[in-house]
Amino acid sequence: MVAVSVLQPMWLSIQLATFTTVILILIGTPIAWWLSQTGTRWKPAVQAVVAMPIVLPPTVLGFYLLILLGPDGAIGSWWVQLTGSALTFSFTGLVIASCVYSLPFAVQPMQNAFESLPRQYLERAWTLGASRLDAFFSIVVPLSVRGFISGIVLSFAHTLGEFGVVLMVGGNIPGETRVVSIAIYDHVESLNYAAAHRMSLVLIGFAFIVLMAMFVLNRRWGSR
Amino acid sequence: MIPLRHKLTRGSFTLDVDVEIPDTGITGVFGESGSGKTTLLRCIAGLEQMDGIPAHKRNVGYVFQDPALFPHLTVRGNIEYGARRATTHRVDSAPVVGMLGIGDLLDRKPGSLSGGEAQRVAIAAALLRSPDIVLMDEPLASLDRRRKDELLPYFDRLHDELAVPVIYVSHDIDEICRLCDHLILLEDGGVAADGDLFDVVARVDVPMLSGQNAGVVLWATPIDHEEGLTRFDFGDGEIWAPGEFEVGRHPMRLRVAASDVSIVRERPSQTTIQNVIRATIEAVHPVDAATALVRLETGHQNLLSQVTNRSIRRLGLEVGDRVFAQVKSVTVRH
Repeated sequence: MVAVSVLQPMWLSIQLATFTTVILILIGTPIAWWLSQTGTRWKPAVQAVVAMPIVLPPTVLGFYLLILLGPDGAIGSWWVQLTGSALTFSFTGLVIASCVYSLPFAVQPMQNAFESLPRQYLERAWTLGASRLDAFFSIVVPLSVRGFISGIVLSFAHTLGEFGVVLMVGGNIPGETRVVSIAIYDHVESLNYAAAHRMSLVLIGFAFIVLMAMFVLNRRWGSR
Repeated sequence: MIPLRHKLTRGSFTLDVDVEIPDTGITGVFGESGSGKTTLLRCIAGLEQMDGIPAHKRNVGYVFQDPALFPHLTVRGNIEYGARRATTHRVDSAPVVGMLGIGDLLDRKPGSLSGGEAQRVAIAAALLRSPDIVLMDEPLASLDRRRKDELLPYFDRLHDELAVPVIYVSHDIDEICRLCDHLILLEDGGVAADGDLFDVVARVDVPMLSGQNAGVVLWATPIDHEEGLTRFDFGDGEIWAPGEFEVGRHPMRLRVAASDVSIVRERPSQTTIQNVIRATIEAVHPVDAATALVRLETGHQNLLSQVTNRSIRRLGLEVGDRVFAQVKSVTVRH
């Protein structure tokens, strides 16, 4: 019983972070690429929107996501019509909220990597017969591996540590939205410090290992 | 002939080119920086206009000034990149690799290559794309003198062995005189002159080709050598040039700068100048207040001489006069 109460939030957090990271790489890559290539005067505005979750209090973000995803909200009502269930206080709702919350952590490292790539590489690839998409996957992606690693690690770790947004949008439903940060908060509130320690120490160790792995990988790829 | 028709406006600059170039050999594009040379190549390659046929469907081989090889691929991976994407037919890589002397580099990464080696690899990559036309944008400009001299023989081989037409952009008229067969002169985005290289450089009425840039190219065959000099037969007589060149070789190009040619009425009896050539004045064209360009006809070929207007007046030189050209120095090109 003890094991389940520790492992279940952990497992849920890892699932949430994994789903969020995969989705963020899929939608963040085109956004980052567009930002790195565009000359439009709207670029600063788009960049500001993408970066906003960094500076906004998670409660503010969570509050508006709650309204947006709720059964009466623009996205939430549409979802209810489509599936018959609400987005708020569900795992799916958490994934959507996490994607918004962690978007800058995926986009910015990739955008930096894309922007540091000499344009000449792209032009050479095109004149050698590669289409835009072909050149992106054969030249840009392999030369931006560091940006992708940073984006993956940062959005995964950031989602894992998310608290305020989860509390606002997901609440505290065991097995559905009770992720590890919520569980720790719960344990502290009920003065169960031993349980809080166990989870917190695992998180500290995890954060250290992930970040160190990222720096080691970056050094390996960087020195090629 | 291949038509080149390109028009593009960028701010206050307008490129407007409408010429035809031969479908074999190397066409040189000469002009100062800002004259639109690179823009012309980029238009041909589809890198400028974002509408029209996209670059990857144009089947051109583009050699940039900076080789910019893909750093994550080996040399082999780099030269196969275009070959694997060739749509028409695949060129056999062995002769190209041999011609450019990169056989020993195939497993290296671009980061370990010298500038000249990297440029040779970039050329091989462009050729193996089996292009309909090869575009070269100052491929020697980023190299120092020594590397340049190291690379030039490979370009001579390209000139002799390549079947596809090449457009070669440069701001160095000597480089162009060595490598090219046809010439386009670009000035402020427009064509100042174009045509056969030997004809265009012998013109006196093109301001771009005055001063340092004025001079002709002669075809000449080595006959024998003596005291470090080679005697050439240029069809209209003999001419000496420094260096010992293989006798009986195919004709070579001699570059004679206009500033190295002076004109005398009588054949001088005692002079340090080796080359005194009988010629007829074909044209006189003032360049500025002080100097003029004189085109001399030696029979089948031409010489240019840069002289002062004062000398022309003093000697009373006129079109049709029979004179002697004293050639102070000759550079052998290729």
